[in-house]
Amino acid sequence: MHAVLSILIWLPIAAGVLVLLLGDARIAAGRWVSLIASIATLLISLPLLSQFDTGTAAMQFTETMPWIPRFHAVYALGLDGISLPLVVLTAFMTIPVVIAGWTVIESRPAQYFAAFLIMEGLMIGVFSATDALLFYFFWEAMLIPMFLIIGIWGGPRRVYATIKFFLYTFLGSVFMLVALIYMYVKAGDYAIASFQKLPLTLVEQRWIFVAFLLAFAVKVPMWPVHTWLPDAHVEAPTGGSVILAAIMLKMGGYGFLRFSLPIAPDASQQLSALMIALSLIAIVYICFVALVQQDMKKLIAYSSIAHMGFVTLGAFVVYHIVRNTGGLQGAGMGMDGAMVQMVSHGLVSGALFLCVGVLYDRVHSRQIADYGGVVNTMPIFAAFMVWFALANTGVPGTSGFVGEFLVILASFKASFWYSLLAAVTLMLGAAYTLWLVKRVVFGPIGNSHVAHMTDVNGREFVVLGALAVAVLVLGVWPEPLLKIMQPTIHHLVDQAVATKIPL
Amino acid sequence: MLETTLTWHSVAPAVAEIYLVVAICGILLIDVFAGEKRPGLTSTLTLLALAVGAALTAVYGQVSSHRLLFDGTYVADELGYVLKLVGFLVVAVVLLYSRTYLVNREILRGEYYVLALTALLGIFVLISANSLITVYIGVELLALSVYAMVAFDRDSSIAAESAMKYFVLGAIASGALLYGMSMIYGLTGTLNLEEIAVRLHEPAGLGVVFGLVFLVVGVAFKLGAVPFHMWLPDVYEGAPTSVTLFISTAPKIAYFALALRLLAHGMSGSTVEWSQMLAALAILTLVVGNVVAIVQTNLKRMLAYSTISNVGFILLGFVAGTASGYTAALYYTLVYVLVALGSFGVILLASRKGYEADMLDDYKGLYQRDPLLALVMMVLMFSTAGVPPFVGFWAKLRIFQALWETGHLWLVVISAVMSVVGAFYYLRVIKLMYFDPPAGAAAAAPVPQAGVRAVLVANAAAVLALGLLPSGLIDLCSRLIH
Repeated sequence: MHAVLSILIWLPIAAGVLVLLLGDARIAAGRWVSLIASIATLLISLPLLSQFDTGTAAMQFTETMPWIPRFHAVYALGLDGISLPLVVLTAFMTIPVVIAGWTVIESRPAQYFAAFLIMEGLMIGVFSATDALLFYFFWEAMLIPMFLIIGIWGGPRRVYATIKFFLYTFLGSVFMLVALIYMYVKAGDYAIASFQKLPLTLVEQRWIFVAFLLAFAVKVPMWPVHTWLPDAHVEAPTGGSVILAAIMLKMGGYGFLRFSLPIAPDASQQLSALMIALSLIAIVYICFVALVQQDMKKLIAYSSIAHMGFVTLGAFVVYHIVRNTGGLQGAGMGMDGAMVQMVSHGLVSGALFLCVGVLYDRVHSRQIADYGGVVNTMPIFAAFMVWFALANTGVPGTSGFVGEFLVILASFKASFWYSLLAAVTLMLGAAYTLWLVKRVVFGPIGNSHVAHMTDVNGREFVVLGALAVAVLVLGVWPEPLLKIMQPTIHHLVDQAVATKIPL
Repeated sequence: MLETTLTWHSVAPAVAEIYLVVAICGILLIDVFAGEKRPGLTSTLTLLALAVGAALTAVYGQVSSHRLLFDGTYVADELGYVLKLVGFLVVAVVLLYSRTYLVNREILRGEYYVLALTALLGIFVLISANSLITVYIGVELLALSVYAMVAFDRDSSIAAESAMKYFVLGAIASGALLYGMSMIYGLTGTLNLEEIAVRLHEPAGLGVVFGLVFLVVGVAFKLGAVPFHMWLPDVYEGAPTSVTLFISTAPKIAYFALALRLLAHGMSGSTVEWSQMLAALAILTLVVGNVVAIVQTNLKRMLAYSTISNVGFILLGFVAGTASGYTAALYYTLVYVLVALGSFGVILLASRKGYEADMLDDYKGLYQRDPLLALVMMVLMFSTAGVPPFVGFWAKLRIFQALWETGHLWLVVISAVMSVVGAFYYLRVIKLMYFDPPAGAAAAAPVPQAGVRAVLVANAAAVLALGLLPSGLIDLCSRLIH
């Protein structure tokens, strides 16, 4: 039996507790512990990619231990094609966060690093739990460090933002818990697999779907429950924004793929038009909202909502493809696109928030109007920023292209109008992103602050460079990622189109 | 089976009560003669007495099966055995937490300890009650001790006021309880709860329902369920914090036992009727408790409303009306007591002479003044809010499960929504402690109390440990109920 997933979960948590115990007085040691722990986590997670058997949709690297025998809840971990990339992404994205906070965080640094390390472990727990109760356990526990991160190190309106964040997600999650318990009472245990097999009438499925929707839609976030995200992002410290955008939003998309579609397939089919409508509203409407933002972080936050719209669109468009083509051929393309989009958005939005962080550390402003002509004083930084902006607009050669292209292609199979609306966003996305770049990076030097800015230091260069390479690699060679996901997505499509209504 | 001859074997399961009576008399005498000269003596002796009592109970009080003692008025079972051990532990921790508080206010007097012990005796009598008379004796013994405890800081007018309020309202509730008991006795012709359970059948007649209403009112008052909760916030706020700590913890175990023995066991023949009554009370309790807590500015009062909302959850366990529901209620009660111990413990430790630390604003920036205390309080607040990995999550989960098993959809939804409402004011406490800068006046360093702090940390650690590995306590509760 493997213990690798347990190590991935508990190593960062243990390191976080250690950093906490070392305290602010010994923060130099604490920083190194954080960095070593986060790098070690990534190094342990990387071999999973090569050891992963791409020929099966079954859970791999599984671990099972009794946890609460009375509820038949087990400490069960495992990875398949949709959770593995997200686990590696989580391990990868924590490192830039640690490095980016290295000297920038001055108040309570020990708690800052500890919070991110503990969160890393909990997030990996969310993606690797195969028992619904364990999943929920990690899912909720994760709120605590994020609540503190935004509340302690955030901006001026941090208290409002963090309480809004907590209550929104808590409200959504509680209904998911209610649905999980309902299925437990019917199925007799909490294994996600047995929920997926459980026959449910259409009415039951509809309620369960709605309960999941409340939890996952808030997390994604989908229009119209997205309003917590810009607030949380704007007020969060750089590291908090990165983790929020790169990983936590993915949990909603992951939840749809892991829970909603396989557990309530008939309801998903029935409500797929609604889901697609919400996704398209998020994609189109939010782009316009992003266009008028004055605050860089807010702009990127809105762009995240639009990009996550592609994820939900890709996930639910499968029903319309099957209806139009009459077969399963190519039905998984939307989900492929959704998954690539999640990984890509994790890298790109994380990188963009880091870029904003770099600027913020120098000028202490996030307003677009306070910048201009950054390229003159920070040429290397400008190159990075332009590169990530291009990835954000989905230029071919960047990871952003692959996901969006697959989703648009898939939605074309479903309906011409879906793909038209989705494709329009490529234009709008280019508009708000490039306009941002134009106003911040190019042009004459805007003011004396910009004139005195120094280019990226070694730390920042390493972080942004690593992300830039990842974006490029995923953009030109997404094949390995698609191959890892393929059997799982295939299986998922089968589950999603099979009826579960008992005869 | 009834035992007629009085031998050691036949009374051994009641060792906790017998011992406690002896200990109370002993401590009372010692306090009368030596208490003035050596103020700390009674407190030390009481703790010692509790430890000895727990040991004696652990050794002699254990019963392998359900046994009736004293002509059927007293039941000895594993539930009682465990709850009594918990009672010893809880009261000991309460007394540990409160000692410095009492010393600082120069009210470290023997009465407090003696009254705590008589209250504990009342708790034990309730836990093992198997007849309406025993129930009533337990209720009154506990209540009278607690009334006196609330008023025991005699120079405080607010304490006297809340004691008066508590006493008057409590007397009405006791009257209601007694009236209900008389109705039930009149209809069944027996005081024995097990006999009553045999003689009452569905569907309940009008007389039974009539009597039941009074019993439910009595129980609801004692637990603090809306609309019989009026005394609770005033008493919590007005009583010295050490007394608030006491009344918010140990008696809850007794009142859980009261509801279990009286309603769930004794009136099992009319579960449908009383569970409907409790369902209405539970919803009201959850809504009022959580919503009103939001607007409080006094932490003790806020925790009082939080107690009310927690009582709502405990009642929901009874509403389910199944063994699973009672298990959930028991589990919830134990978890609640554990968390309440810590929460009021933090208030006690944060306070100093002339500074009660009972306003919410007193907790502004607590992190900077006392990181350990702030951390403990954060753990406890997240636990009460029902966020994993803390034990409060499992307590709520257990209640939801019990309700789902019996198909109470709307109760699940309402309680789920209310737990989100509740999360808001628990988060606010954390916000004050962690996100706000300290308020100027309160910035002096607290008195170090290393030993008590260690207990408090252990308390919080238990909340975390039972949250990570909840299996043991969940299994224990199931075993005790079945």
